[in-house]
Amino acid sequence: MTTPFEPRLLAGPPPASGPERLEEHRARLGALPPSTDRRDVISVVEASGLLGRGGAGFPVGRKWRAVAEHSAGDAVVVVNGAEGEPRSAKDRVLMEHRPHLVLDGAAAAAEAVGAPDVILYVGTEHTAARRVLAHAIAERERESGVRVHLVAAPVGYIAGEATAVVHYLNAGDARPTFLDARPHERGVAGRPTLVQNVESLAQAALITRFGDEWYREVGRGATRGSALITVSGANGRPTVREIEYGTPVGEVARLSTAASSASAVLLGGYFGAWTSFDDVRDEPLDPVRMRERELGFGCGVVSFSGPDTCGVAATAEIMTYMAGATAAQCGPCVYGLADIAQAVRRLADGTAPDRDLERIGGWAAQVDGRGACHHPDGAIALLRSALRVFADDFARHQARRRCPAGRAAVA
Amino acid sequence: MAQVLRLDPIRCDGYGVCAVHLPERITLDEWGYPVIEPGPVPERLLSRARRAADACPVLALSLRQAAVAPATTGSRAGIRPARTGA
Repeated sequence: MTTPFEPRLLAGPPPASGPERLEEHRARLGALPPSTDRRDVISVVEASGLLGRGGAGFPVGRKWRAVAEHSAGDAVVVVNGAEGEPRSAKDRVLMEHRPHLVLDGAAAAAEAVGAPDVILYVGTEHTAARRVLAHAIAERERESGVRVHLVAAPVGYIAGEATAVVHYLNAGDARPTFLDARPHERGVAGRPTLVQNVESLAQAALITRFGDEWYREVGRGATRGSALITVSGANGRPTVREIEYGTPVGEVARLSTAASSASAVLLGGYFGAWTSFDDVRDEPLDPVRMRERELGFGCGVVSFSGPDTCGVAATAEIMTYMAGATAAQCGPCVYGLADIAQAVRRLADGTAPDRDLERIGGWAAQVDGRGACHHPDGAIALLRSALRVFADDFARHQARRRCPAGRAAVA
Repeated sequence: MAQVLRLDPIRCDGYGVCAVHLPERITLDEWGYPVIEPGPVPERLLSRARRAADACPVLALSLRQAAVAPATTGSRAGIRPARTGA
């Protein structure tokens, strides 16, 4: 058997001791190694296989290289700490407890892509994280290097989407754009821009120190490394844990009181998918493997629900949120998600006309892939998973019969 | 060189004029927004495709050269965009 997994990002002082100070951080991990050739850093990050942690899972090294190729030493690094996903808390935990790991990652990225400016883009509602980061920036004030700016990101699910981030920083409008040039070509102030999630950068800070082989030492399957997850359920508060990739869902469940008597689990967040807990008990939390099974690791959300949860009511809540969280730009997303959310709500309430369930399927097909960003696609993927996993609940609600959770209103 | 119709879904306000000009390639969804047949526009339909693009009151539709290489990163390369971050 392998040795038990030791946390990496969350190594060091316990959460109760608050944010790690610069001296503690440097005493524990040492300073970032002096820069050699910036291309070398990118090669190491590429060799590590590090995947982005904002939800898309795009390879981090490849992204850095794309920005570096367009940069004439004028790039911008945006540290994305918007964390608008309602069931995720891991980015906040990282920003609040390991601010210097995040700042190290940003510094390494800035060095690698040739960026004199780093912008920390942190959710307005994440007040503790912004306060900690502001203090951490001040602790480093006398050190030379990049200029670091702290910006409060607007509240909302869409505000963390990469083109929305750039749009907000350029024009104060946190809605996605539909431009030919991608942020890595022309982003903030027209400069090549790297928009990277905080956890991705914190991982990169460790890889820069300890190397790609060290990074790949942990993991139980094809995808190597560790990841932060947010575990939630009906009982207790959400908890953030660090796991090695490939840890089975059932093992995560055993560590959490939130999972007691779980019957279904939402993996990946509101862009993810519902599954039956029995189906994924032995399923490894491994992004590559999950993609093959049409699941998504997303931003690491693992949210359990018990048999007393009505799948239709839970889906109504999420679809209502997603319909309200559009950027109000693309017609099929705006009108389609609204129609779907209202129909799921009617089903949940037991007031749906006869063909509502059928119409939802038709609307889903017309909304999928029709936006400038992937907001509609993510919402539809979640809806389809709910229709599969809670098929019985949906059928009962359509027929206005009682569902097992006892919530179907009998008209 | 193959030409494709490109819709900017943010600009599109669902006027539907495009579908009148080119029903072979453009249909309207339940909310009145155009659904465009993907792929290159056949030679024989090019002049009407041009008219459909020119007729759009908000310039949301354009006829352009088919892209040679996909973008290296980001959502249009077929990857879900970052949600809590990129």
